[in-house]
Amino acid sequence: MTQTLPSVEVLVIGFGWTGAIIAQELAEAGLEVLALERGQWRDTPTDFATTFAQDELRYYWRHDLFERLNHDSLTFRNNASQTALPMRRLGSFLPGSSVGGGGVHWNGQVWRFLPSDFVARSHNLARYGKAYVPDDMTIQDWGVIYDELEPHYDKFEYLCGVSGKAGNLKGVIQPGGDPFEGPRAREYPNPPLDMPYAPTLFAKAAAGLGRHPFPHPAANASRAYTNPLGVQLGQCTYCGFCEKFGCGNYSKASAQTTILPVLMRKKNFTLRTESEVLRIEKAADGRSVTGVTYVDAQGQEVVQPAELVILTAFPLQNVRLMLVSGIGAPYDPATGKGVVGKNYTYQMMSSVNVFFEDKLLNPFMGAGALGMMLNDFNGDNFDHSGLGFIGGGYVGLMQTGARPIETHPTPEGTPAWGSEWKKAIARDYLKTATISTHGAVMARRGSYLDLDPTYKDVLGRPLLRMTFDFSDNEHRMSDYLTDRAAEIARAMGPREIKLNRRKGPYDITPYQTTHNTGGAIMGTDPASSAVNTYLQSWDAPNLFVIGGSAFPQNPGYNPMGTVGALAYRTAEAIKTRYLKATRQPLAPA
Amino acid sequence: MRRLPALAAPVAAAFALAAAPAVLDAQQMPPAPGPSPPPARADAQVLLGHHLAVLGDCEGCHNRHGGQPMAGGVPLPTPFGTIYSANITPDRTTGIGAWTQDDFWNAMHRGVRADGAKLYPAFPYPYFTHITRAESDALYAYLKTFPAVSYRPPPNKLPFPLNIRALVAFWNLLYFKPDKAPTTGPTAGEHIVRGLGHCGGCHTPKTFLGGDKTDHELEGGKIDNWFAPALTADARTGLGAWSTAEVAEFLKTGRNAKANGSASMAEVIRFSTSQMTDDDRAAIGDYLRAHPSHAAPVATPKPDPRTMAAGEAIYVDQCAACHAVDGKAAPTYFPPLPGAAVTQSIDPTTVIRFILSGTQTVATDARPTPLSMPSFGWKLSDDQVAAVATYVRNSWGNAAPAVTASQVRSLRRKIGKPVQKPSASI
Repeated sequence: MTQTLPSVEVLVIGFGWTGAIIAQELAEAGLEVLALERGQWRDTPTDFATTFAQDELRYYWRHDLFERLNHDSLTFRNNASQTALPMRRLGSFLPGSSVGGGGVHWNGQVWRFLPSDFVARSHNLARYGKAYVPDDMTIQDWGVIYDELEPHYDKFEYLCGVSGKAGNLKGVIQPGGDPFEGPRAREYPNPPLDMPYAPTLFAKAAAGLGRHPFPHPAANASRAYTNPLGVQLGQCTYCGFCEKFGCGNYSKASAQTTILPVLMRKKNFTLRTESEVLRIEKAADGRSVTGVTYVDAQGQEVVQPAELVILTAFPLQNVRLMLVSGIGAPYDPATGKGVVGKNYTYQMMSSVNVFFEDKLLNPFMGAGALGMMLNDFNGDNFDHSGLGFIGGGYVGLMQTGARPIETHPTPEGTPAWGSEWKKAIARDYLKTATISTHGAVMARRGSYLDLDPTYKDVLGRPLLRMTFDFSDNEHRMSDYLTDRAAEIARAMGPREIKLNRRKGPYDITPYQTTHNTGGAIMGTDPASSAVNTYLQSWDAPNLFVIGGSAFPQNPGYNPMGTVGALAYRTAEAIKTRYLKATRQPLAPA
Repeated sequence: MRRLPALAAPVAAAFALAAAPAVLDAQQMPPAPGPSPPPARADAQVLLGHHLAVLGDCEGCHNRHGGQPMAGGVPLPTPFGTIYSANITPDRTTGIGAWTQDDFWNAMHRGVRADGAKLYPAFPYPYFTHITRAESDALYAYLKTFPAVSYRPPPNKLPFPLNIRALVAFWNLLYFKPDKAPTTGPTAGEHIVRGLGHCGGCHTPKTFLGGDKTDHELEGGKIDNWFAPALTADARTGLGAWSTAEVAEFLKTGRNAKANGSASMAEVIRFSTSQMTDDDRAAIGDYLRAHPSHAAPVATPKPDPRTMAAGEAIYVDQCAACHAVDGKAAPTYFPPLPGAAVTQSIDPTTVIRFILSGTQTVATDARPTPLSMPSFGWKLSDDQVAAVATYVRNSWGNAAPAVTASQVRSLRRKIGKPVQKPSASI
């Protein structure tokens, strides 16, 4: 029998980074907030203690912190002519599960997008002309500009204690920082991490080629830090177990290490774990939402009414819950009409291995966002004329900890197994560094998310179906970045290098990145976006959908800095405007 | 549990003074309620009573996990058995609702219940006897403001004949003298420390019958398989190197440049010292820093260099990430080890136990992060724990008797399996 609970003021669905941010902001404002999380409670000393957190078999290979596909998966195909099949093992991306979400096992790479990224369509049309942007490239302006997001970026960076060096303070370019970044109001809260040998070699070679290297902005605390909420982070130990691992040293920013110690003490905040939302319930007239129906730990269906619902799950789950709940018109690639599922985008990665003859690089020492980077080829920081693509990405040499099961780069021509392979690993493990490129993916008409017609999860709901491929734009962009990386690699004086280009159609099996974006995109027009620029549903003004799902397309950076900034902007709009203005739409349709 | 010597048993009764509440798994849900804020719209007497209840840490022992404030039922492990704290809400049958002001004064001042039965000194009346009648009446008035809760705590788990309350009379003859002329003086600090604060309950060494060794007051006590460090002017094992402001900061925020509050002290900080006034904490600091130590100096010969070398290797591998190679760590985040009183306590129980079980810094309003040390009990052998404990006790200018593997083994047996260990891999 379904139980109906008393209504709450604010209901948060999914308790990762954005769920924790929004819950903290609204609970601090005095609202009664309930968060529902389908996974389990996790905290630093119990679940990621330094005594066992560095377990590569358990976390990297056996996916201990990731979504369980035997519970809920997704189906995939490259294009609409194929039949999508369900994923039975995670590969290309690794969404998190349980409290803290993917924010537990991220690297802590905190970027701000470029001012031109937020006006990608109008900017590129103006600079390169209408003919340069392909017809099926469905990129859009965000409806929000960099200057509006600056204070919210700042807030997220100070929450996390980001370690970095500003490159542009109030319009004045700063030596040692990124000269291409948008102006920031103040310096990072912490100085950059100490730089290992390999990134300094990269920086020297890049500078020699006229590039502009700078230390990666890192949510890995370079020193002990107390954030504005009063929560304490410990100094990073460069243990090399960030990505795919939880941090036992309180050094990597996560909901656990920056918010929960304060939020969990609040009497007006409640967290219910092992509570999976089945669907968001709509009012009879379909013009608002009334709450959710969820399944509790005992398998019972529970109706939880709420005045305000905030969807803060992983982007793919945000989109799926909207589709399952019938909120917003599903996107149809044939007509280009509909909005939910539209503009699913990803990221396009490539790399160059640099093998040295004589340089010992101690690659096992590392941190998630430790490295020297450059944005000379990101966004529209360079002239694309004649290159045949728009967008770009960063290039950098990061030292994230060459964990032994995962890391065994070998030169061109080395066998994939056997004694020759072993010999190459033994010779090169300590003397190899890898330059990576991290490219944007522009939205295209045929890449989207919808509900699978065949496969269902254990709760009987259709799986999400992903239809996605890289376009020529991305391949040209990624090849261009790879060539630029190779130039720097050669200038580093190596014995040899190896280019790892991204070739052919998108392959969902090898790990690339967990930067799945779009599907519930933001904008200024309900005909082309699912949420307004405050991430408020056009169809139900008491529903907000926060996360990378709001990105109209995916710039050449890691998304979390912008996701955090958008979450803070939404929180502010709810506090200062939505609650005071009769809870109506915050933007005109 | 250790068996008492046959002769001692009948007299000893279950009388460990002021047993600390069991340190429960941090994950145990739901947590104990509180600390209760001052009641709204209360008169001056009730507000005084709330302040006194904070000083006395009433809720530390009377708020159980999942229970109602002051309703009791918290298990207090003593060397003699488990005693459960009483329901002191105004419920007439299961609480103290039928008690008069005089009954309450008799309990606080003489250790006698309203029905005339003797209280076990797990209820710290040997300290509370120093409060004034006006204070007792204020506490009484304050407790009346709590909702009456009908709840009967479990019966004490004491073996015969320790379960005969009348035997407390013998113990009282040896260890208890009601204060004939209680005052609030001579200093505010002494009044708190020796009175309601009952600091000696943990920090004063005990006789084999569980009574205070009054000539060694606050020189450090062993209780419930912890060693509560000395609160004396001794610079190495006590508070001599702390300023009054540092003592006050520790009591308010649960940490300072010298130490982090955890284990049993975490509950005291949570319910009591973090809720005190700045004046209270400064008064405590002034008093303790001046409190002389009469402990005989203990020899601290240099440990076996092989043990030190083994200990250093383990330290660098397992401990240095947080505590740093030079031991200086990150004060107020992870506590420094050089000069630390807990590290150098003559009795190494707490150092060993931290390594075996891990520990968690108390979360306070001022400092909400429960920074934790993980358990190493499942991955280090008795010899390894002994070596690394010996190393931290004798490095960077520290000096303390070496720790032996048999000490580790013995403590391991008493505390059972560590709470924290890696869950099974999937």
